[in-house]
Amino acid sequence: MTGTATGSRTATRLHELRDQGRAALVGYLPLGYPDVAGSVDAARAMVEAGVDVVELGVPYTDPVMDGPTIQRAVEHSLAGGTRVREVFGAVEQIAATGVPVLVMTYWNPVLRYGVEPFARDLAAAGGAGLITPDLIPDEGAQWLAASEEHDLDRVFLVAPSSTPERLALTAAASRGFVYAASTMGVTGARAQVGERAEQLVADTRAAGADLVCVGVGVSTPEQAAEVATFADGVIVGSALVRTLLDAPDPAAGRRELARLAGDLAAGVASARR
Amino acid sequence: MTSTPPARGGAPASAALRRAVAALGERGPLAEQTGPYFGEFGGRFVPEALIAALDELDTAYHKALADPAFGAELERLHRTYTGRPSPLTEVPRFAAHVGGRARVFLKREDLNHTGSHKINNVLGQALLVKRMGKKRVIAETGAGQHGVATATAAALLDLECTVYMGEEDTRRQALNVARMRLLGAEVIPVKIGSRTLKDAINEALRDWVANVETTHYLLGTVTGPHPFPEMVRDFHRVIGEEARAQLAEETGRLPDAVAACVGGGSNAMGIFNAFLDEPGVRLFGFEAGGEGVDSGRHASRFSGGAPGVLHGARSFLLQDDDGQTRPTHSVSAGLDYPSVGPEHAWLHGLGRATYLPVTDTEAMDAFSLLCRTEGIIPAIESAHALAGVLALGPELASWDLDHDPLILINLSGRGDKDVETAAQWFGLLGEDES
Repeated sequence: MTGTATGSRTATRLHELRDQGRAALVGYLPLGYPDVAGSVDAARAMVEAGVDVVELGVPYTDPVMDGPTIQRAVEHSLAGGTRVREVFGAVEQIAATGVPVLVMTYWNPVLRYGVEPFARDLAAAGGAGLITPDLIPDEGAQWLAASEEHDLDRVFLVAPSSTPERLALTAAASRGFVYAASTMGVTGARAQVGERAEQLVADTRAAGADLVCVGVGVSTPEQAAEVATFADGVIVGSALVRTLLDAPDPAAGRRELARLAGDLAAGVASARR
Repeated sequence: MTSTPPARGGAPASAALRRAVAALGERGPLAEQTGPYFGEFGGRFVPEALIAALDELDTAYHKALADPAFGAELERLHRTYTGRPSPLTEVPRFAAHVGGRARVFLKREDLNHTGSHKINNVLGQALLVKRMGKKRVIAETGAGQHGVATATAAALLDLECTVYMGEEDTRRQALNVARMRLLGAEVIPVKIGSRTLKDAINEALRDWVANVETTHYLLGTVTGPHPFPEMVRDFHRVIGEEARAQLAEETGRLPDAVAACVGGGSNAMGIFNAFLDEPGVRLFGFEAGGEGVDSGRHASRFSGGAPGVLHGARSFLLQDDDGQTRPTHSVSAGLDYPSVGPEHAWLHGLGRATYLPVTDTEAMDAFSLLCRTEGIIPAIESAHALAGVLALGPELASWDLDHDPLILINLSGRGDKDVETAAQWFGLLGEDES
């Protein structure tokens, strides 16, 4: 179903970029680091520097798909009192830049808010959809219905361990794109992007997916350029978050973030497809 | 079952109980319920990366169940290594404090090798690991009981073993850290989040996502994604099966009530299972009431929680308005966990089992009482079940029995690990000694 749905803002943007002969850069930041307003400023700075799609993370107490960098930022966000409902205002402000904004969230905060109300409020805020790291399509009946109702993207993950049957099931259930984890493991910088990433993208396309973006472990412009040769999008998270964590103050953090985002965007743009 | 006026325990009188349980059983035996769902609870809320391994485990488990050689090997290990069957001990001096002419029997899982019921599940899963051809196991541990049992099985079956333990718990249970290391396991203190059991499970899941092709996650309780709740329960069914036969031999009867403490809930599921479809048997699970449910410092999921998803399963969960997991408290590390096995949530919803909080103070008083009346030092976790039964005393008369009440308690573990906590609690060490 990916890309064939006319309503998908993310797929539309990814197709435009594909027509220009390049992949998209998808940048992740968590809501509430260093605080809610600061995370909105950071996301906008990232867009100005060349990020094509924003992935905004809802902070959660038990982020099992995330490595130490994102865990630290999220712990700080929760300690600062960030509330789940603040994500909608943040999405609205970031979406005003014109880029698609996907919300990355573990499933329990959505269940607690209510799947239908969450979809309704996300759509009202101008959000593009959800990336759900601990929700597989098999458990997602409520979300499938709510996302259809509110015209939202459903980005499910595939991994190098996924069987052909599961790749097909996930590709069919996704809307926007399919998120291919480059390597077995949690988020965080790695020296090399897994060799299995290219194969996984090919397998996911063969299983019926139109658009496939690659994340987990991509941190440098060189890696981004490499991934951009075979994927429709390059997802970078921990490396961007690290620029904020390591900065002496938020303004310096935004400068470093924009510098890295710009380098990553240049890397993606340099890739021949 | 709600039509009967509840006593403190919420347990109905005998006639109503028999009717209600018989009605529940009309859809098939409760004891044979299989995953992935127990009513609206259970499932697989985990990253896609783990699904292939969960499917592989499910297949390997059901193949092993159908293979008499697997059952025979597990039975041999339990007989020659665990020390099964564990004894059933009548405790009349303790029972006098329950009152109501009750007879009380303890199922002595504390006498198993490694000191608790945990070994039942660990040996079962470790044999499966050998069948699946994996060489490495990882585990989470709170108090250290499951970690020690896993390290033991890994030594016995020549598996590499890594145990994740919250940094806070490694300090509280330093002796168990040393035990695991003596057994050849690597113990990794988890320094993120609340630094307790919940965060140890998060870290174990992260390790598993990265190493799932070579590694088995030897989960220690009836929580987590399918097939863990069903499989871990099945490995502990031996507790209830033995106790039922032993009690019949001693008394010629079924118990009127079965009691167990409930953290994740594995020892409780193990002993409940043999009695789920017996209409005359009341089932009680006792949760950590900590400093009292009203204090907010507790781990009573059924009194203070609501349905939600954590660590792969939908169940009752202590969470805030945003769905963030709430901090928990209990004097016993083994019950200090914000969620509970999905089958317990199902039994709670059906009204088949009753779940009640027991405070730290009530548990420690019962701990002391069993020491002094019977010469048995229980795990503080198990002391919650003892305290819960003491509190049932005044309502026994309302059960309308035509005989003296017969109560079976699962004494899930021994208290060696808790001596320091108890010594501090009761002020048994002088300043120059501590």
